[in-house]
Amino acid sequence: MYWEKDIETISRDNLAALQWEHLQQTLKQAAKSHYYGNLFKKTGLAPEDVRSLADLEKIPPTTKDDLREHWPYGFVATPKDDLVRMHSSSGTTGRATVIFHTAGDLNEWTNLLARCMYMSGMRRNDVFQNMMTYGLFTGGLGFHYGAERIGALVIPAGAGNSKRQIQLLQDFETTVIHIIPSYALHLSTVFEELKLDPRGTRIRIAYIGAEPHSEKMRQKIEDIYGFKAYNSYGLSEMNGPGVAFECPCQNGLHIWEDNFIVEIIDPATLKPVPDGEEGELVMTTLRREGMPILRYRTKDLTRIVPGECPCGRTHRRIERIKGRTDDMMILKGVNIFPIQIEKKLMGIPGVGKNFLIILDREGYNDHMTIKVEVERQFFDGDLKHLEGLRKRIVEELKSDILITPKVDLVTPESLPQSEGKAKRVIDNRKD
Amino acid sequence: MIASQLSIFAENKPGKLAEVTGILAGEKINIRATAISTSDTFGVIHLIVDDPERALAALTKAGVLVKIRRVLAVLLDDRPGGLDKLAQLLAREGININNAYGFVLENRVRAVFVVDVDDPEKAVKIIEKKGFKTLDTEALAAVEPFHYMKY
Repeated sequence: MYWEKDIETISRDNLAALQWEHLQQTLKQAAKSHYYGNLFKKTGLAPEDVRSLADLEKIPPTTKDDLREHWPYGFVATPKDDLVRMHSSSGTTGRATVIFHTAGDLNEWTNLLARCMYMSGMRRNDVFQNMMTYGLFTGGLGFHYGAERIGALVIPAGAGNSKRQIQLLQDFETTVIHIIPSYALHLSTVFEELKLDPRGTRIRIAYIGAEPHSEKMRQKIEDIYGFKAYNSYGLSEMNGPGVAFECPCQNGLHIWEDNFIVEIIDPATLKPVPDGEEGELVMTTLRREGMPILRYRTKDLTRIVPGECPCGRTHRRIERIKGRTDDMMILKGVNIFPIQIEKKLMGIPGVGKNFLIILDREGYNDHMTIKVEVERQFFDGDLKHLEGLRKRIVEELKSDILITPKVDLVTPESLPQSEGKAKRVIDNRKD
Repeated sequence: MIASQLSIFAENKPGKLAEVTGILAGEKINIRATAISTSDTFGVIHLIVDDPERALAALTKAGVLVKIRRVLAVLLDDRPGGLDKLAQLLAREGININNAYGFVLENRVRAVFVVDVDDPEKAVKIIEKKGFKTLDTEALAAVEPFHYMKY
């Protein structure tokens, strides 16, 4: 039941010793990067000043903005020739965040995914269909290599194309899938269209991740398909998937503390909160050489599940993600910030001052509607010009946020003003 | 002559026309003709009124997005073939119609066809040369809608 029993069930004391050892290496490695080298100089801190795990707090947290501002190589700590892979988070407005990996980094990452999948019951005789986007997004390739490491047969199906997905499931008797929860629900309607029973497949395990979902949604997916669905958490800055994963107890996600130092902080005071209390997840990589990141503010809200897990693993568990400390939206597995939409809109002639993003769930499909004020001077009474503007907004946003929004043009000054703390997003999605 | 038409941006939902007519009623502005074109969630309300400048000021003050468009208001005979005569001419001259609507001035005698074209100055010369009469805003304000009185 364990991929690496020694590590997964390591005593807390030994885990702390292991973390300390790797933290020292990581700090030294990080100091080689432009960003941390400067940070240490600027703050007068040296890696040697961190004398214990508790001292880590002395280092200022790293944010997504820091990554963006030092794009693309500011965080790289090895010679560029040692890098073998890059991934980039979704969103192309301004600077996306890029994460680089050495061959050693990929090996560690792959091992974590193998550990996650093995934990929930995947074995070498399984057929694994990966219904995630391959490419810059980490969800596709991450799971792909993890499953190969276990020795399962991998079907690199990629995202979408529902009828072909179902055909593959049937033809190759898929037993394990990796899927975005909202897509799992949508796919069940395609089963119905084809007059097929979603419970009639050989699938016994599904990994669902890349977007936050409720316990109710998980149960719904399990009920529809009759398989076990395990929650997967990750973010590209911390490799991608494989950061935290549910064990068969399905009560919290074990976060791999041999690879990451985990802190939960109060996002306002940046002080740690005790286990059990909700706060922002902050993580430090312990095994990355290409691009170590110290105290990364994930902006994800969660809490540590107190107590021991009956599965025997000693790595602490985080609860499913409750929300964000920033305004990032997740739609169909794609991360979108309102600022991306704002930047794009404000570059289009004819767009007025304000806009409002509305997220809705219709059946099993999520939709984004953007209400956009028309600029007074743009309007000349010609419907054709309005329609042209609407189409241009849709096209420009589509190429940027990878999702096709519905765009409604509205009268100037009819939306809440964008100055101050205007609510830019209304999320009507429920479970 | 060239006439003024109010073109009003409106979201395509109940109550939007009432907002506009409410303001005009309050200003005692008379509406001669209306047309509405819609596209999914929004549309444009076109109005011919007796005092476009005053209507523009009142609507703008109320936050409505409104523009005055220069259109042709062509007098037609209100009998079979009346519109056809104009339509054939526009076709021959290659003048494209962006938007159009009509109303009767005097039953079975005269009607007005409002046409929105790309170059109204050029178009008005062409059709006036062929004997059509066009009305300007003042003329439109002055004409009495006799046909209402007959019913």
